[in-house]
Amino acid sequence: MNWTWFHRFASPPHVYALAARLTPWFAWPAALLILAGLWGGLVLAPPDYQQGDGFRILYVHAPSAWMSLMVYVTMAVAAAIGLIWRIKVAHAVAASCAPIGASFTFAALVTGALWGQPMWGTYWEWDPRLTSELVLLFLYLGYMGLRAGIEDTQRADRASAVLAVVGVVNVPIIHYSVTWWNSLHQAPSVMRLARPAMPVAMLLPLLLMLLGFTLFFIALLLVRLRGEVLARERAASWIREVVST
Amino acid sequence: MRAFFDMGGYAAFVWPAYAVTLAVVLLNILWAHRALERSRNEARRRLQIQGERR
Repeated sequence: MNWTWFHRFASPPHVYALAARLTPWFAWPAALLILAGLWGGLVLAPPDYQQGDGFRILYVHAPSAWMSLMVYVTMAVAAAIGLIWRIKVAHAVAASCAPIGASFTFAALVTGALWGQPMWGTYWEWDPRLTSELVLLFLYLGYMGLRAGIEDTQRADRASAVLAVVGVVNVPIIHYSVTWWNSLHQAPSVMRLARPAMPVAMLLPLLLMLLGFTLFFIALLLVRLRGEVLARERAASWIREVVST
Repeated sequence: MRAFFDMGGYAAFVWPAYAVTLAVVLLNILWAHRALERSRNEARRRLQIQGERR
């Protein structure tokens, strides 16, 4: 099999230029989807029969929680690719993911606390779902701390990649925690095998938000990736062209 | 309109949740662009040092 296409694709100057070109194609659809999702979630969706308007926290909580997991999986897969095939760009992707994932894990925890207080009567409980999500935040912070503590980028890439790959065991624990253990947290109502347990007017804004946040992540990743790619290149002549302006 | 902002009595929880998420979204945009700008400045500095050595 001919692998030259892959090497060209993963070459830093190509990735840098492609990332710059692709960013608006993800950023603008993300903005439109999120605005539509907000309108649908805050205005059009009917109040929940049990939780009234309090359930509307769903439209920021679920996308944040989805981001926290999806970004981690992206980071771990990129880190594994970087470790196995020694591809610098893969390490650059992994490093770009961490701050994005950490911030949305924080958002998931805070919005969850704000939802927990009126519905469960408490902001926080050492419950399997909540605790494993908090562990995820510490994994992100540990990953970033480890990177920040190692001066040499290549060594930082390899050490942090091992942490990212090992930490991925936490992801299925978070996802299945609500079915494995008796949890305060409700079971999934969208990502399940049976039909979603929600009327369309409630479900559709949520799907718009989930898709919008996903595209937003890709746009953020593309911007950060350019910086990480630049940081990994020393004497390449293409850098002169892209930073001279 | 009043009812919308009142969120059926849950305003004290719904709006802070939306505010925190909005802040995280906006900060991410700011941080991503700052990180790129920092890398570009560092690359520029490296090129300058190389130029002086030559």
